[in-house]
Amino acid sequence: MSLAHHQQALATALERLRDAPFNALLSLLVIGIALALPAAGWVALDNVRLAASGLAEAPEVSLFLDPGAGRDEVKAIEQKLRDAGAPYRFVAKDAALERLKAREGLADLVANLPKNPLPDAFVADMAGRDAAAVEAFVKSAGEWPRVAHVQFDSAWMRRLDAFLRLGRLAVVLLAGVFGVGLVAATFNTIRLQMLARAQEIEVARLIGATPGFVSRPYAYYGALQGILGGLLAAALVALAFFFLSGPVGELTRLYGSSFRLRGPSLAEVGALCAAGALLGWLGARLSVALYLRQQPQ
Amino acid sequence: MITFANVTKRYPTGFEALRDVSLDIQAGEFVFVTGHSGAGKTTLVKLMAAIERPTSGGIIVNGQNLSALRASALPFLRRNFGLVFQDQKLLFDRPVLANVLLPLEIAGTPPREAKKRALAALDKVGLLDREKALPIALSGGEQQRLAIARAVVNRPAILLADEPTANLDAASAGQILSIFNSFNQVGVTVILATHDLQWVDKLRPRVLWLAKGKLHEGLPAQSPVELAPLNALAVPGASDTLIEEATR
Repeated sequence: MSLAHHQQALATALERLRDAPFNALLSLLVIGIALALPAAGWVALDNVRLAASGLAEAPEVSLFLDPGAGRDEVKAIEQKLRDAGAPYRFVAKDAALERLKAREGLADLVANLPKNPLPDAFVADMAGRDAAAVEAFVKSAGEWPRVAHVQFDSAWMRRLDAFLRLGRLAVVLLAGVFGVGLVAATFNTIRLQMLARAQEIEVARLIGATPGFVSRPYAYYGALQGILGGLLAAALVALAFFFLSGPVGELTRLYGSSFRLRGPSLAEVGALCAAGALLGWLGARLSVALYLRQQPQ
Repeated sequence: MITFANVTKRYPTGFEALRDVSLDIQAGEFVFVTGHSGAGKTTLVKLMAAIERPTSGGIIVNGQNLSALRASALPFLRRNFGLVFQDQKLLFDRPVLANVLLPLEIAGTPPREAKKRALAALDKVGLLDREKALPIALSGGEQQRLAIARAVVNRPAILLADEPTANLDAASAGQILSIFNSFNQVGVTVILATHDLQWVDKLRPRVLWLAKGKLHEGLPAQSPVELAPLNALAVPGASDTLIEEATR
């Protein structure tokens, strides 16, 4: 098997695509739509994730210290936070009291307190971490010496996380089903092509063609069709998102967010084409293998 | 080059096409395999090219034992042969040149070299000016010559042809046989299955005679096929020119 064989097979596959554009177009539509649905689901979920992280407050964990904590102990906790790699700020109890005083209606109450009841606190910024990581941080920080209480409202984050995981699973299942469909569609296309070229295949095998020689153009055809189907799917998703981005932007503006719907990224388009190529190639190989097994040498 | 040892071929229908056939063909021989229709000529040719498998007995081609041959080695065995089929098996969806290029594509010959060799093969069979024609536009004799060009383009050591002159008029048949003769003269082993015996006197091939599945050396004393009168060989000069051109 030489480079010339591969060039030849690729050229043959391209010729066949060009010579029967209408047939190719129909197959491409089937493949494109099969790939577009899971791809749209995937990109939509990612948009939900982005929108949610923009709409909600940045997740913050508050560490309230023991009132009796000394300078060195506070320094030790600060060091641990630095090790954890999370951005943090220190809120001294006096500063916290000042802020409380500044609030409408609380100034009198605060003024009447015999002494400052507030503890020193650290506030750690958890933006960009998933629920499990935040959970783990909260748990470990609770065990640090002189940390009296760790506060974090993680319910919304966990719900979102569960929702996204469920959504991704649904997308994967959908992709699996449509992937099988794509393999079957390619299998059928290639089978029809081989039946139409039965004589050519018979002659080629009689004069010394290996199964590889016979199957290569079909494998390339399947892969090419998959790549084009992937591009078509990406175009369909991009188009749909283009029409949706206006109304979605308006909706999120009403919620005071500057969120903008994003279409499929370059990496996602690449992944779509790669998936299409792989599944198309697989369908073609299966089809050729079955055909050659059914025909005597 | 080709050895049969006690080869029997029985088809699933029970029909015994060949019975206990032993033969030995040396490199460079010119062999006619002859006999009635249904005598087993085609079966013999198919066994040589491993298109059929013998029911019993051994076949050795180019030192390779066909019954021990793995399926993956079969394509490479076939490349030792130039095959001309009874029904020619031309590809009618592509021009003459593309038909001749097919064996070279299979062998992985670089395209420029392949084109050069395909044109040379077409030249040898006198079809150089028809390279762009579709096979359907060729006469019966021209189609047969195209089939020969495709068979020889890969410079095989053995040319194997099944009834290459069937359905051709005497002039075309003469041309075809002189082409085979010219290849034999440059060292190619040529094996023709034919019931056309009028050329035996002129070409003086080795004759193998098949009758009811049994193989005999030479023509039977009382040949059931009338040898054609010698004047039937008076073919227009083209054939001799072709031989000269091909062997030049």
